Amino acid sequence: MPRLVSHPDEVKIVTRRFGQGAANIEKYLELGGYEAAKKCLTQGPDWIINEMKASNLRGRGGAGFPTGLKWSFVPKQSAKPKYVLVNGDESEPGTCKDHLIFLHDPHAVIEGTIIAGLAIGAKMGFIYLRGEYRYLLEIMEKAVADAYSKGFLGKGIFGSDTEFEVVTQTGAGAYEVGEESALMESLEGKRGVPRIKPPFPAVVGLYGGPTVINNAETIATVPHVIAMGGAAYAAVGSERNGGTRLFGLSGHVERPGVYELPMGYNLKKMIYEVGGGVRGGRKLKAVVPGGSSTPVLLPEEIENLGMDFDQVGKAGSMLGSGGVVVIDDQTCIVEFALRTISFYQHESCGWCIPCREGTDWLKKSLTRFHAGFGEAKDIDNIRYLAENMMGRTFCPLGDAAAMPTLGFVKKFRKEFEDHLNGKPCPFAKHVELAVV
Amino acid sequence: MADVTFTVDGKKLTAPAGTLLIEACRKAGIEIPAFCYYPGLSLQAACRMCVVRQEKVPKLQTACTTTVAEGQVFVTESPEIAQARKATLQLLLGNHPLDCPVCDAGGECELQDMTFKYGAGESLYAEAKQHRDEQQWSPAVFFDRPRCILCYRCVRMCGEGMDVWALGVQNRGVSSVIAPNGEDHLDCEECGMCIDVCPVGALTSGSYRYKTRPWEMNHVSTICTHCGDGCKVTLGVRQSHEGTDLVRGDNRDKSGINGDFLCAKGRFGFDFVNSEERLARPLVRNASGRLEPTTWENALRVAAAKLKEVRDSRGGDSIAVLGSNRTTNEENYLLQKLARTVLRTNNIDHVRTADYATFARSLAGQEHKAASLRDAGNAPAILLVGGNPTEEHPLLAWQLRSNVRLNKARLYVVNHRTIKLERQAKAVQGVPPNGYRDLTALLDRNEGDLAKAVMAEESLLLIFGQEYRGEQMEALVSWGLKRGNVRFAYLGDHSNSRGAADMGVLPDLLPGYVSVNAPGAFAEEYAGMPAAPGKTAPEFLEMAQSGQLGALVVVGENPAQRLGWAPDALRKTFLVVQDLFLTETALQADVVFPAASLYEKTGTITNTFGDVQLAKKAADRPGVRPDFEILVRLADAMGADVKALVPFGKRGMRADFGQSRGAQSGEADRHAVWLASHGLEPKLSPFDPLAVLDEIERLVPAYKLDRLNLFAGNDVPTEPAFVPVSALTQPRADLVNPAHDGLFTSGTLGRYSAYLREIEEHQAHQLAETAAD
Amino acid sequence: MTPRESETMSIFSPALAARFDALVEKYPVKRSALIPMMLYAQDEIGYLSDAVIAEIADRLGLTELDVRNVASYYSMLRFKPAGRFNIQVCTNISCMLRGAYDLFDRFQEELGVGHKGITPDGVFSLEEVECIGACCWAPAIQVNYDFHDELAADSVPGILQQYRERAAANGGR
Ligand SMILES: Cc1cc2nc3c(=O)[nH]c(=O)nc-3n(C[C@H](O)[C@H](O)[C@H](O)COP(=O)(O)O)c2cc1C
Ligand code: SF4
Ligand code: FES
Repeated sequence: MPRLVSHPDEVKIVTRRFGQGAANIEKYLELGGYEAAKKCLTQGPDWIINEMKASNLRGRGGAGFPTGLKWSFVPKQSAKPKYVLVNGDESEPGTCKDHLIFLHDPHAVIEGTIIAGLAIGAKMGFIYLRGEYRYLLEIMEKAVADAYSKGFLGKGIFGSDTEFEVVTQTGAGAYEVGEESALMESLEGKRGVPRIKPPFPAVVGLYGGPTVINNAETIATVPHVIAMGGAAYAAVGSERNGGTRLFGLSGHVERPGVYELPMGYNLKKMIYEVGGGVRGGRKLKAVVPGGSSTPVLLPEEIENLGMDFDQVGKAGSMLGSGGVVVIDDQTCIVEFALRTISFYQHESCGWCIPCREGTDWLKKSLTRFHAGFGEAKDIDNIRYLAENMMGRTFCPLGDAAAMPTLGFVKKFRKEFEDHLNGKPCPFAKHVELAVV
Repeated sequence: MADVTFTVDGKKLTAPAGTLLIEACRKAGIEIPAFCYYPGLSLQAACRMCVVRQEKVPKLQTACTTTVAEGQVFVTESPEIAQARKATLQLLLGNHPLDCPVCDAGGECELQDMTFKYGAGESLYAEAKQHRDEQQWSPAVFFDRPRCILCYRCVRMCGEGMDVWALGVQNRGVSSVIAPNGEDHLDCEECGMCIDVCPVGALTSGSYRYKTRPWEMNHVSTICTHCGDGCKVTLGVRQSHEGTDLVRGDNRDKSGINGDFLCAKGRFGFDFVNSEERLARPLVRNASGRLEPTTWENALRVAAAKLKEVRDSRGGDSIAVLGSNRTTNEENYLLQKLARTVLRTNNIDHVRTADYATFARSLAGQEHKAASLRDAGNAPAILLVGGNPTEEHPLLAWQLRSNVRLNKARLYVVNHRTIKLERQAKAVQGVPPNGYRDLTALLDRNEGDLAKAVMAEESLLLIFGQEYRGEQMEALVSWGLKRGNVRFAYLGDHSNSRGAADMGVLPDLLPGYVSVNAPGAFAEEYAGMPAAPGKTAPEFLEMAQSGQLGALVVVGENPAQRLGWAPDALRKTFLVVQDLFLTETALQADVVFPAASLYEKTGTITNTFGDVQLAKKAADRPGVRPDFEILVRLADAMGADVKALVPFGKRGMRADFGQSRGAQSGEADRHAVWLASHGLEPKLSPFDPLAVLDEIERLVPAYKLDRLNLFAGNDVPTEPAFVPVSALTQPRADLVNPAHDGLFTSGTLGRYSAYLREIEEHQAHQLAETAAD
Repeated sequence: MTPRESETMSIFSPALAARFDALVEKYPVKRSALIPMMLYAQDEIGYLSDAVIAEIADRLGLTELDVRNVASYYSMLRFKPAGRFNIQVCTNISCMLRGAYDLFDRFQEELGVGHKGITPDGVFSLEEVECIGACCWAPAIQVNYDFHDELAADSVPGILQQYRERAAANGGR
């Protein structure tokens, strides 16, 4: 069972009910559950969307798109049914926050889905969990069944004449399916290959109908936004970055775990105070601030870095999924880069050439390099490859592979050079990777 | 949609709003490279070769998915764009085998061309390339995985284009691979379209692979000799010690009536031409009763002498002529002319595959009512009654599918069995096998989904199968004519069945369906022909059995097989056969002439829609001669006036036939006058079939052809409306005997295609396996 | 096959067949049931055998090729049997930083098999996998669907013992 952690700096909004047995619907109700949905039912779509806009809630899936704005793009009238799709594919390395939400607060996801449905006029919502999360899917399924039996889902929800259905869905192992259009393909029973955009999902999405796709954390946050009021929620965070975020601290920290901290919280503080510092009193070498696809930051880059979408962006990286991976000074960056790239090589859907071939060549080059068979020109070749993937691929997975690579090569060139000329890895790390 | 103006590389272009940028550019002569984009197939944006820069857009955009709008500004060539394309090519080449020197696609490879253009010559990668053995998926299709660049054209062509869905993509990422539906083999229609669209040499054809290099071939565009649709096919011809070899059939220039399409027969079924069993020398039955090779002079002498003797001693009535469904219009015309003016008999027929005579009769005088095959690809609404295009008219099926898919056309199917095109149909109506009779009533009653939808259509393309003949067809056509805004097409087998009927290879009808006893241009010029209708093909057999048939000339037909004539039925008849092979019929002959196939001669043929196309001589075969030449030589050996038969030489034929007074006097040579008035030169050789084409145009009402287009290699429609109504008699619907050749069969000809036989065996094996499961 | 026939001839247990019947009704489009069906079928049968693919294709009105195209995309789906307990060791970055390779090596040693290997008794199979969403509790593994987290190489024998006992209790295999 994943361990829950806590720290005085945390502002518990989304994690408020964690560890209290809120997976039980009675407990959830006791803790104020489903009140937000009932309120929304009486207030109507425009009010909901306004509250969401006021909240400055930005998508927790990685891109940080303002949620209220996204919802407002859905056309009011539509010939085809509209849908809400909750993205619980959570597969970005370094990220395990949705895991806890499904485990501890499944009804918040359902309630958020209902509210999103009310906001856009959808009658059906899907909650898609990655295939590995089977035990969480079972928890979600039970929660959905309970919500149905309470009359919170189905024909007339909460005694109104509004209909809303929720269907849970499992994936079967594919990171790319987290990309919103690939997610729709997967939900339609197809290979997880993304779709051409435009049209965007808000206009043509699932089964051709307008669709709002949100990350599970985003959706689980929604009832709290409604309960607190958008403005109050916004006030918790930083400028244009409302509320809190579930940061996953992992890697070489003393106290890894998922912490709910206000947007804009200082990264250095997060590592040293919340996370208890680098494990074993070692020195910090680098931090991956938002999941494996975000470029690394050096210790000197995090001094005054507030963790929100804009500040991390300005620092040359991304807030991404909020997965903070801490790397100590005993770590080989080439190996870290190789492991990162191996993942993207394994998960590339293969649709477009720059990503399919590019990730493979990056992996091959880095493998050779790490094994001590690299040549000086390989460093530039790796950079050349990554540069030529950037912005050229069909979906952002190519960028997700290229960006961190560029970061590693630029910021740790010296370490790459140390692997040259038959020199073994200075950290004597594994040279072989079994994952293919 | 309304036109918009936008700028590409500094040039102002105009196109309908929503046009794909890549298409708009191509139309304006700006070539944008692409692997995955293929006109008419769904968009992929997967290869990223077509990237362009759009003003005010941060990332490079794919021209294959960008639609044009007013005021946009694009750059399609710049150092940045060239670099992006080069990098993509470098990535591809990293794993792509550099076996271009032995690859079938070498010289015709889009990857080669683009590498040449963007200069991705140097290799960045030290890793070894992965080798994988080539796989054979079917007799037609081989797959070389390392060469595949995953453009998905084949998958889409097979699925969207062919509606076969036999190819898919398996695994993901760099392990992605194109996979056939039978796991290690293909179970499909063997059309080879996947090979055709493959931009590299990943999919190669069983019939062509490792045979030659593209630049060692001449590429001749001609017309397929198999079914009644008449696809344009490009034959790859290589010089050999035998003259020439046909090494490949494909559809390189895509300019024909068939656009992208070619079926298994068109693509692979040309190999009968190279068959070991081709006749190479004339044969004459010797004193001991055996067929023996001889010289052309001797064979012609023997045949001519005997034919002359029979004609002069027993009369033309004791001679009969059986024509072909595959010879050219000129040959058919010449054959009937020879029969009527030289052999002096109306006993001429062919194995009729459809009741074209009734079709012509129904449409006589009704202009613009006959549909071209192209209409099947454009008509907004099509009613398909009977027939099974997927099997018997592959091109028509393709056109209908494409029309439904790309133009949202509405297809309505009425049939007595389940046909595959129902998958594209908006409504389907089943009828009992003999229930077509009631169709018009059913439509008029406006009952059921199909009838309601069809009756609500503003216009209709009405295509019907061989189920329709005689009165039933007349009833259907007259229903359509009454309804208005309906065009008609009738489905018959074989590449020139329609031409045989149009050219009057019929006992009762002259060219253009003019009755033998009615006045008309042809009869006027060739006065003195027998006036009574001749005997029909089945009657030839009766005549032969009762000893009345002195001689029979069979050109490119195999009645022993096709009409089931007993081997000894023609014992008492002098039999002359012109054919490619020693068929069951030729075995009975007294004289056999080795004939050229359609791929070895020039002439026009008419598809079942009445579209005329020019077949061009692609290959040469030692010893054989075109049927045209054989007929001319035979006539000459009989002492006939060759100039009257073929209007060649400085002066064509004399048409006044002694009239020296009155209005007609002085009009000495109608043919010469006609040529002059059409700006044409007289043909100088008696063996030039185009001399006869001139005469066909002059004398056959429906064949007022747009020559410029015809000779440019395009299909030109005929117009049955020009057939004089008054001249028509009641056709013999009972003689129609459809061949119903399927995707891999083509009458006697098909049996000599080793390739088609192999495919058939493969299919039979597939079927047996599935049945055993 | 008609639907009735396929029901009576199902290769799945009655419970799973009934579950599939319900599943296809859940979505606006039947095909949406494909991925869950494949995963649940694999849970029961062990892998996607030809028969499994054929029946799923039949139930959803798809071609077998289509089912294979989709199945082969997803890394949890397999076309060959695995061990009764499939041990999936995450070696992705967060786990790697906290000793996942040592963990994986220990599993290899204890089981005597490598990546994608199956023990001769068929009880275990071993797999190195990508991130399983347990980064903050690294290093983590999954045995079938069960998570085990905050492991060290020394935890390996205990985990294996636990599953061996389960295997024994279930009659050997
Ligand atoms: C390769 C790739 C993988 C992604 N994986 C996930 C994921 O696992 N979970 C998620 O919520 N969003 C993921 N996203 C982001 C989604 O595309 C989408 O932006 C998000 O679900 C929208 O929700 P939000 O607005 O609430 O963030 C991924 C995007 C890409 C390009
Ligand atoms: S057989 Fe028919 S469809 Fe096929 S290529 Fe020849 S004419 Fe075209
Ligand atoms: S043609 Fe545009 S991406 Fe391939």
